Amino acid sequence: MRGINKSFGNFKASNDTNLCVEKGRLVGLLGPSGSGKTTILRIIAGLEIPDSGDIMINGKRVNDMNAGSRGIGFVFQNYALFRYMSVFENVAFGLRVKKESEAAIKKRVSELMSLVGLDGFEKRFPSQLSGGQRQRVAFARAIAPNPQILLLDEPFAAIDAKVRQELRKWLRNTIGVLGITSVFVTHDQDEAVEVADEIVVINAGHVEQKGSPVDIYKHPATPFVARFIGHSDAMENAASFKGFEAARDFAEAIVRPEFVRVEKRGLLEDYVASAEEGVVEDISFRGDNMEIKVRVSRVLLTANYSLEKPGLSVGEKVSVLIRRIYVFDGDRTEILENENLRENTVFI
Amino acid sequence: MNVSGADEMEKVVATPEIMLKKFDAARFLLISVSVVFLVVMLALPLFTVIFVSFRQGWHVYKNAVTDFYTLKALQLTVISTVAAVAANTFFGVFAAWLITKFSFRGKKILVTAIDIPFAISPVIAGLIFIFMFGRIGWAYPLLSKFNIDIVFAVPGIVMAVIFVTIPFVARELIPVLNSQGKDEEEAAALMGASGFTIFRRITLPNIKWALMYGVILCTARAMGEFGAVSVLSGHLRGKTNTLPLHVEILYNEYKYTESFAVSSILVLLAIVILIARNVVEHKGRKGNEA
Repeated sequence: MRGINKSFGNFKASNDTNLCVEKGRLVGLLGPSGSGKTTILRIIAGLEIPDSGDIMINGKRVNDMNAGSRGIGFVFQNYALFRYMSVFENVAFGLRVKKESEAAIKKRVSELMSLVGLDGFEKRFPSQLSGGQRQRVAFARAIAPNPQILLLDEPFAAIDAKVRQELRKWLRNTIGVLGITSVFVTHDQDEAVEVADEIVVINAGHVEQKGSPVDIYKHPATPFVARFIGHSDAMENAASFKGFEAARDFAEAIVRPEFVRVEKRGLLEDYVASAEEGVVEDISFRGDNMEIKVRVSRVLLTANYSLEKPGLSVGEKVSVLIRRIYVFDGDRTEILENENLRENTVFI
Repeated sequence: MNVSGADEMEKVVATPEIMLKKFDAARFLLISVSVVFLVVMLALPLFTVIFVSFRQGWHVYKNAVTDFYTLKALQLTVISTVAAVAANTFFGVFAAWLITKFSFRGKKILVTAIDIPFAISPVIAGLIFIFMFGRIGWAYPLLSKFNIDIVFAVPGIVMAVIFVTIPFVARELIPVLNSQGKDEEEAAALMGASGFTIFRRITLPNIKWALMYGVILCTARAMGEFGAVSVLSGHLRGKTNTLPLHVEILYNEYKYTESFAVSSILVLLAIVILIARNVVEHKGRKGNEA
């Protein structure tokens, strides 16, 4: 498969979307609810018809091909298992449609049942399975006819948190083993980061950025991506912060917790030129660390604080060091390092 | 503090009992009202039908029931019922499928149109066909050219019964199809299943109990239809009489026992249908749980 290219004009859900997926990759479409991720998936599958634009699979235009002949496996958000068929019949459905021989169907289904770890569940009905089991049946059913592409719509949305963790790993490994080109949709960035080789951030039916999870995190291409990925706080008047005078050329700025260092007052004396004074407003326990809300001049920042460090209390005056911020102006995005900090490190 | 605390405790404990007593009284009242109502309005009349049918002995009953004209009327009732059920099952499934799986202009109008027979008096339904196909109707010249009789003939009766029973199947199916969404069908379509395969293997199993329920209600209504058929039938004994019409004729001839005896056939059929309905309802519920 060379890629899927689609563009739509004046289409509400997909606004001039261009997307290319390399063969064998596991791609996550990430975006807020209502951003048109599912629509894109359904267009690829042939369940929706684009107003304009081309969909190519393996270099072949498939726009006029009906959904059934595109060679696509689809895992629905609520799995859409056939409730009046046993697990076996569910998985066998695609093979029966293809008129495979009974022996071949039996062989393929039992192969898939061991792949998804559901040996012995063949005679059960969907209502007799747990959420995680249903998801695996849906997965087995989708890949049974050996599709070229596997599409998954919010594959983990309906599963409780603990099972979800396991399933993510399982899905990633299984897809890796099969080497099948896959696209999944999610609104959960942790999920996208953990499962996908490549993330496509979607907003308002538009591809904002495409890249590896690390890339998207480190080098957000648009203000939307910078805000959507990871936790971020808006910084008003960013140019007034020490070391970020360059921010005055930009309209907006945000900062992430991992670039904000909070210390007991006085502990940051080495960084006089760059450290700010702040007041702790809120402290919450996050399991492996503390999340500190600290107000510096009028801006409320979030920072992570190790449990090993001396305890802080609400209302305490602290030193705050901001190492890096993201600044935007229109569609321009840049990363600003704290200039004073750089000079400091040179001197030390 | 302690005392008032204990008081509150007591109140909390006491409340459900008072509530229960109130409920008991209300329940008793509701049950008695329902029982009295059903006895007066349903059980007594039904009992009377059976009682009066056998008043002059088994012999008279048997004669009335096996009378040539009664059997003819029964035959016509069965024919018109089967035709109406077949036509409306076919139409109902298609209409419900169309309404729930596709979006198109005028969908709301179609949904409303399906309900029209519920709202219109059957007599009017009968008159509509008279004005269409009767001697004064616009289609009469064309029909008489080909020697087709609709009014005062079997086709008219069948059409009238179809008309009044249009909503039953579609009405039962639409909510079921709506609640099940399109996902399963889409999943099947993605695997390359044809429209017919999808309908047979996915949709039909999902709607089968609702469909049977609709068919049963449709049958019950079709068998008992009086108003529209009465207008269109012409009351030709042995030709265009259905059972309900035959009952009326016998009654008008002061043959009360015979008229009630024929009615008892309808009562019997109704009981069979009720049993079938309960079985279907029960199985349908089990099917949904499984």
